[in-house]
Amino acid sequence: MAANAGRTAEGSPGGALRSVSRFSWRHPWLKGFGQVSAPVVAFLFVYVAALVALLVQGLWTTDAFTGKVVHTWNLDNFRLLFDQPYPRVIFRTVGIAAAVTLACMVIAFPYAYFLVRVASRRLRLALLVATVLPLWVSYLVRVYSWRLILNEDGALNWSLAKLRLPELDIAFTNWAMWLVFTYIWLPFMVLPVYAGLERIPYSYVEASADLGASGFTTLRRVILPLAVPGLAAGSIFTFSLTLGDYIAPALVGGPGSQLIGNVVFDNIGLANNAPFAAALAAVPLAIMAVYLLVMRRLGAFESL
Amino acid sequence: METRTTRIGLWAWAVLVVAFLWIPILIMAVYAFNSSNVQSWPIPGFTTKWFSEAWHDEEVRDALWLSTRAALLATAVALVLGGLAAFGLARTRFFGRDVISLLFVLPIALPGIVTGLALNSFFVFWGIDFTLWTVVIGHATFCVVIVFNNVVARLRRTSGSFFEASADLGASGFQTFRYVTLPLVGTSLVAGALLAFALSWDEIVVTTFTAGAQNTLPLLLFGFIRLGQQLPIVNAIALVVIVVSLIPVALAQRLTSDPGAGRH
Repeated sequence: MAANAGRTAEGSPGGALRSVSRFSWRHPWLKGFGQVSAPVVAFLFVYVAALVALLVQGLWTTDAFTGKVVHTWNLDNFRLLFDQPYPRVIFRTVGIAAAVTLACMVIAFPYAYFLVRVASRRLRLALLVATVLPLWVSYLVRVYSWRLILNEDGALNWSLAKLRLPELDIAFTNWAMWLVFTYIWLPFMVLPVYAGLERIPYSYVEASADLGASGFTTLRRVILPLAVPGLAAGSIFTFSLTLGDYIAPALVGGPGSQLIGNVVFDNIGLANNAPFAAALAAVPLAIMAVYLLVMRRLGAFESL
Repeated sequence: METRTTRIGLWAWAVLVVAFLWIPILIMAVYAFNSSNVQSWPIPGFTTKWFSEAWHDEEVRDALWLSTRAALLATAVALVLGGLAAFGLARTRFFGRDVISLLFVLPIALPGIVTGLALNSFFVFWGIDFTLWTVVIGHATFCVVIVFNNVVARLRRTSGSFFEASADLGASGFQTFRYVTLPLVGTSLVAGALLAFALSWDEIVVTTFTAGAQNTLPLLLFGFIRLGQQLPIVNAIALVVIVVSLIPVALAQRLTSDPGAGRH
């Protein structure tokens, strides 16, 4: 049929255009390749080149006197990563990322379960929209709102006083950071867990009950194991996003809340040591590479 | 299968989660109308004066203008590159296709600080000054994938026989694009553009590393908040930012969930 289209076109005006479109119709992969080449070239020459520049930069040094980057190759920046306080900062970052991931899992699982098994179709759709929309509200604004809430005379302590509970002064602590990260990334956990739970056939649950398992046993032996890929997929987001963040620690964290992101940020600005910042930024990259390998074994990639 | 108690517990949990997600945003909206300079709860009274004060602030206006220009340009770049990538990858198979898909997803898969710092190193290496264009390039990296995902999703749902029929009836590739492809994927392009705009307009992490001394609106707000300056104005702008990012997203949602989508 492509040949037919070509034959009708032969005698008509605009023959050159026609032969171009006929050629591309006959060679679909060439057409696809032609279309995709512009964005690919743009990405290779800007984005991939930038990632290479980042890695190369980590092997250079900054002249302490002029503050200019000197192009001599060495591993000093990476060696410096092993001097305090950097191991502590890296350890703290990974710890917070793990705590945030765990909290998101605990909050998201029953909620996703509710969406799949209890909520009506309409309610489920509405709640899914209500879960995703906050992701589009400025991330900075959402972090800032917690600064107002956690304030000594903010909404949290006001509510606690109304409930006749003691004051909670967690503003500018690691607890605040943990809470805010959990809040910010929670939707990223809910969605894959929801998708994972939705795929479990209800007959599995029925079969488990028919065989005499209690609701709790079914949850533990049937539903949870099948939900692991979804939880793993969600954890990729919560873990990775926490590893690279510097806004939340800067706004709601305290003096002892420096994360990798803050140190990178400070080295670009105040300390003016871009090569060291680059070496430090390679740490979350390396951690994520290992993390992704582990999560792939748990089946996370099929649930993304 | 769930017992009554379990169901009640799950209902309560869901209510708590939705409250957790939305109460901070609502509280932020209330603070925008705080009549006092002091940011305590509950606010003593309502006023709208901070909106006009923010509007008449030179710095705020400059930042607003820069953010808007950067978002529009980044969206335009994303439409062209993301659209082309989607057309090229959705219908045809060739060697390296999956690697190319991964390439476009990288900017949102890697932590923002990595993308930001990488671009920063790149610009410094080539001696490129930080201007509007460096911000646009930074934003375009993660906006491309938004348009790409939207258009690819639509193309996958669209039957290839439309394009074959068009060719059978003697249309050139360009006529097919104009009269068949564009009407079919048009709304997904618009939706992708709206989402890209919403994402770019309030992005802060990549922007920090690609803006140099310039201030986009989020960068200006971040500076104010860190130094504890101009907080009433910050609150007012925060509400504006919430509304400006939610409107395009709501529109995009309507465009992509069109009832005709399931027909093909």
